[in-house]
Amino acid sequence: MDFLTIIQVLDSTVRLATPLLLACLAGLYSERAGIFDIGLEGKMLMAAFFSAAVAAVSGSVWLGLLAGIASSLVLSGLHGLASITFRGNQLISGVAINFLAAGMTVLIAQDWFKQGGRTPSLFAGGRFEPINFPFAEALSGVPILGPIYSELLSGHSILVYLAFLAVPGTWWVLYRTRFGLRLRAVGENPAAVDTAGVSVVGLRYAAVAICGVLCGIAGAYLATALQAGFVKDMTAGRGFIALAALIFAKWRPWQAMWACLLFGLLQAIALRFQNIDLGGVVIPVQVMDALPYILTVVILAGFVGKAIPPRAGGEPYVKER
Amino acid sequence: MDKMPKWADVVLIPVISLILAAILSALVILGIGEDPVEAVNLMVTGALGSTYGWGYTLYYATNFMFTGLAVAVAFHARLFNIGGEGQAMLGGLGVAMVCLYVPWPHWSLALLGACAGAMIFGAAWAAIPAYLQAKRGSHIVITTIMFNFIAAAVLNYMLVNVMRPEGSMDPASERFPEAVHLPTLHELLAPIGISFSKAAPANISLLVAMLACVVVWALIWRTKLGYEIRAYGHSETGALYAGISPVKITMIAMLISGALAGLMATNNVMGEAERLVLNSTEGAGFIGIAVALMGRSHPFGVFLAAILFGFLYQGGAELALWTSIPRELIVVIQALVILFTGALDNMVRTPLEKMFLAMRKGKA
Repeated sequence: MDFLTIIQVLDSTVRLATPLLLACLAGLYSERAGIFDIGLEGKMLMAAFFSAAVAAVSGSVWLGLLAGIASSLVLSGLHGLASITFRGNQLISGVAINFLAAGMTVLIAQDWFKQGGRTPSLFAGGRFEPINFPFAEALSGVPILGPIYSELLSGHSILVYLAFLAVPGTWWVLYRTRFGLRLRAVGENPAAVDTAGVSVVGLRYAAVAICGVLCGIAGAYLATALQAGFVKDMTAGRGFIALAALIFAKWRPWQAMWACLLFGLLQAIALRFQNIDLGGVVIPVQVMDALPYILTVVILAGFVGKAIPPRAGGEPYVKER
Repeated sequence: MDKMPKWADVVLIPVISLILAAILSALVILGIGEDPVEAVNLMVTGALGSTYGWGYTLYYATNFMFTGLAVAVAFHARLFNIGGEGQAMLGGLGVAMVCLYVPWPHWSLALLGACAGAMIFGAAWAAIPAYLQAKRGSHIVITTIMFNFIAAAVLNYMLVNVMRPEGSMDPASERFPEAVHLPTLHELLAPIGISFSKAAPANISLLVAMLACVVVWALIWRTKLGYEIRAYGHSETGALYAGISPVKITMIAMLISGALAGLMATNNVMGEAERLVLNSTEGAGFIGIAVALMGRSHPFGVFLAAILFGFLYQGGAELALWTSIPRELIVVIQALVILFTGALDNMVRTPLEKMFLAMRKGKA
């Protein structure tokens, strides 16, 4: 395996890690506030469809992005309504949202475009174009650093850079702002937050809304940057891999980035080399597919450092009277 | 004192939830420019209007009874088993191995063997998440989701690399031998003079599913173990105080749940496809969640809800055939049922409770 191949694999790692990272950070806000969200997958899927559909009709990828975020926010609102206002089971609500998205996207796609549940392919203007860094072309000849600069760092769409900037952003919000402190507190001990006179319901809705926005961007990235258009079930379990990454990272932003990059790398390797031959021992591609999930189970089992979720996670808050 | 009479809890709330889901589904059908009344007509004639339709409805219902029971048993111990899909996939693997590698003289023995294989494989797949929940406190919902994906990878590997006959491109096992062919409803009913469609896949495993409903009912409400499972589900600390071991109950409830989900393979793998194919479960494991919620985790409720979803599935297939409404409409209906009977339960329940309280005050 030569240097250029490694660079290419890492380059596609970054591309594939981006939707995972956005969804993972989305889940991080929600779960840190005590709202479990297994509906990341559904929100991404809904956003992927609406961003592609609106981008295809209007020809503007930015309108598509807005539509994607809006549709994801609607599902977030539903999740909030079920799990915060009506104190329902957050997990069941997440399951319902995943199915709702899986069904509605195909239903609407078929009704609007009549192409068997997909949107028309997006052309220029309807997609996020790669951004080339200055001198990327000129520097590509420089050994080692040249390809790293021009292939690996340059040439991604703006959403990729946004996703990676969201990591320090999330860290800052969570650990350096009053909102972040309260958000973390409401996931650990909502009664204390309530006693301090801060609205538990308001904070949790805010967290769920942020989660919706990030899932919306993740979905839009899938349909308008990574690929050119929506196809049925295009999220293909990414929402669950993001969830796995979140647990792997123990609900912390920087670690979430590394976990997503690791899982992105696994996807990139599985995409490029089907079966891997390691000196006679062949690793079948299915092992690469299953590895993120296996790693997560191992982490959850606590054999490699225990993953402890936010204490109030999954519990609806009932105010004392 | 109860806020509501029992019948309201058992009948009224699911029915209202179903009506809400139906109204929203009708709006969705209107929204895509079709006539809801016409759609319901098509679904009813397609799913219930002929023995062919019934054959498919009951075939789907058989799947959903198994997976619905699986989710319901776990619910009684307050465990949410989302892993029915993976457990059913592994059950399929068990059934395929039993059918392919054991020379069975007669289908009845093969069915017993297949049941055992399906239950062992399904239970084994549920055992690891159960153990991690019981001993290490790993959240069972997350682990069972992860195990669904791992199961898909395992099945993919087995079909592509191990069980695929030589020279075949199709990722599927060999056809099962003729001796393990399960009698269909047509073959069962013909001797007693009832003519039933030959083409429909409903088969004897429907009876196995109904038997499973009865056994689960007896287990949950008529045995000590069932009492312990329910006690644990109601209050973990209470159960602990009564000397019930949480580890034991978690393990046993999940093993039973996994075995039930695995049993589904006797219907879809052995009864219908007669070979193991990729994605043979077709999401039935997840529909089990809707079925268990709808049926209020009671085996009889699960039985009725499974038939309802069987009707929806067959009706939805007919709709997709004759109109421009895709099959995914059923997924939407399923989502709405889960939403209203599960997550938004309090939205339906609270006003009803208030109504019953007001009525009672009015009388007193």
